[in-house]
Amino acid sequence: MIESQDFRETTPERLIGEVQGMRDAGYRLVQIGATRTEGFEINYSFDRNLEFVNFKIRLADNTEAIPSISGVYWSAFLYENELHDLFGLNIKNIHIDYQGHFYRVARPAAFAEKPPPPKIKRAVKPTAGTEVKET
Amino acid sequence: MRTIIPFGPQHPVLPEPIHLDLVVEDETVVDVIPSIGFIHRGLEKLVEKKDFQEFVYVAERICGICSFIHGMTYCHGVEQLMKIEVPPRAHYLRTVWSELSRIHSHLLWLGLIADAFGFESLFMHSWRLREKVLDIIEATTGGRVIFGSCKIGGVRRDIENGTLREIAAKLRDYAVEYKDLGNVFLNDLTVKRRLCGVGVLSGPDALGLGSVGPMLRASGVAQDMRLLKYAAYGGIDFAPVTAEEGDSYARCAVRIGEIFQSVEIIRQCSEKIPGGAIEIKVTGLPEGEFYARTEQPRGEVIYYIKANGTKNLERLRVRTPTFANIPPMLKIMTGCQLADVPVLVLTIDPCISCTER
Amino acid sequence: MQKSPWIIHYDGSSCNGCDIEVLAALTPMYDVERFGVINTGNPKHADIFLITGSVNEQNKAVIKNIYDQMPNPKVVMAVGICACTGGIFRECYNVLGGPDKVIPVDLYVPGCAARPESIIDGVVKALELWEGKRRKRTGRESIQT
Repeated sequence: MIESQDFRETTPERLIGEVQGMRDAGYRLVQIGATRTEGFEINYSFDRNLEFVNFKIRLADNTEAIPSISGVYWSAFLYENELHDLFGLNIKNIHIDYQGHFYRVARPAAFAEKPPPPKIKRAVKPTAGTEVKET
Repeated sequence: MRTIIPFGPQHPVLPEPIHLDLVVEDETVVDVIPSIGFIHRGLEKLVEKKDFQEFVYVAERICGICSFIHGMTYCHGVEQLMKIEVPPRAHYLRTVWSELSRIHSHLLWLGLIADAFGFESLFMHSWRLREKVLDIIEATTGGRVIFGSCKIGGVRRDIENGTLREIAAKLRDYAVEYKDLGNVFLNDLTVKRRLCGVGVLSGPDALGLGSVGPMLRASGVAQDMRLLKYAAYGGIDFAPVTAEEGDSYARCAVRIGEIFQSVEIIRQCSEKIPGGAIEIKVTGLPEGEFYARTEQPRGEVIYYIKANGTKNLERLRVRTPTFANIPPMLKIMTGCQLADVPVLVLTIDPCISCTER
Repeated sequence: MQKSPWIIHYDGSSCNGCDIEVLAALTPMYDVERFGVINTGNPKHADIFLITGSVNEQNKAVIKNIYDQMPNPKVVMAVGICACTGGIFRECYNVLGGPDKVIPVDLYVPGCAARPESIIDGVVKALELWEGKRRKRTGRESIQT
């Protein structure tokens, strides 16, 4: 069975309101995760009795301020500190803010680096009759 | 007087490093501050280097306890993106291996919790029983903890119908021993003293703090991702195991109940398994985004897969059950006695290598 | 065997697979405790330092610290392919490689996950090495004075 994938778009300004709505409707916070695309995408996932809902925020870069939802869902502070440490996202007012000491990693915000361009699928092979030069 | 006691990263009850700062007033813990990152490998970023078929091996090694279910969840996600119809026999085999993982993981946990409350012979007994399950796993996959039997488009190895029925029969025999073991955990006076009423988490709290798996079910919330009917769970008759009290004893009871449930699910699989192929050929490349959710022994695991039509996925994000269970753990630890800390850390069944990836 | 080796186990950044196999080696099926092998939590009690998983920035200091606290002679054992070379995770940005990047390693037990039999075999080999180191240090043949 394929689970329905409900993706809804939102903005940093509307975020707290939307999340409060989910909390009032009895949803459980499932996860917060980010993706490096051209800019950044942040996904907030919620669940209520196997009904799965996602909110997506798109950002141009990781300096843009995003409000913390840890005031609504207390447990969000873990996810938000993780986003700060791994993606360098600028999340405001996390109620337990580790200031970048949650994950102590070798390279800060490594996930914010752009992925390398997709590899060329096939290496160019010399065809028959091609002269191979000695180097 | 307030004192801060560091707990971990290297501590006798912890097989894995996690660090907790326990703020104590006399013997009572008033606040707990976790810090993690000792096992962070950054393996989600490996999708940029390994192609999507190869990555199954990495997914299996996120955690050595729920290894098979990690690999299966990853495959499930990619298969949904690529619209691959996995043969039904492969679905049933995946279900059998998932449930065998659950039995071995729960027995492992029972051992560790026994060790945490100082009952070492019970630890040894649980692990002795666990070895028999590992023997079944080794006979069917070749591995003891890392199976390597799941792949995109199906499974690598078949189990003959006769062998499956034998496994079900063996497990029915073992269930008698599990019953004896469970009796000690659930009825022994000293064990009950250590577990009853310790670390109580109410149902609304459990939901509000986002806990998953046995932690949530022990607080009376009947949520089990297997009800999403991935793999062969659509054709299996089962109901989530729950308890009402929300204390350590309830969490123990739920896990013991789930061992018997898994034995029953494997029995049903051995009867219902259809014939046919165990894998199909995979062509094309994944594109789009998908959240795959499955139930691990520790609770709900989420794989977010985003692909852009190349050999390498654009993003893989794994949210493991222990990560979701840290906030409820902090909640139940505030106000507890210092001597109960090891038991409470273990009742969430922590798997740190999962958590930090 | 002349001596009962005590082991201290530290999990570098392993996936748990090798850790539970190390624990499994202690339990009734394999039961290394019959040889007097004890898993201790205190580095000052230990003869053999058993490391699973690879090293990262974060636990470098912890491993060095445990090693320095152990009394001489001591033997370091890297269990599992991640502890030998970094294994499947060697390309991860936060993984430096095996513990031999930080401390001298005497013995490598490969495998993913290393099986309890090979871990026990490794411990027995570690004992021989330990005995060699002791002779070199003291110049005496036997452990008794």
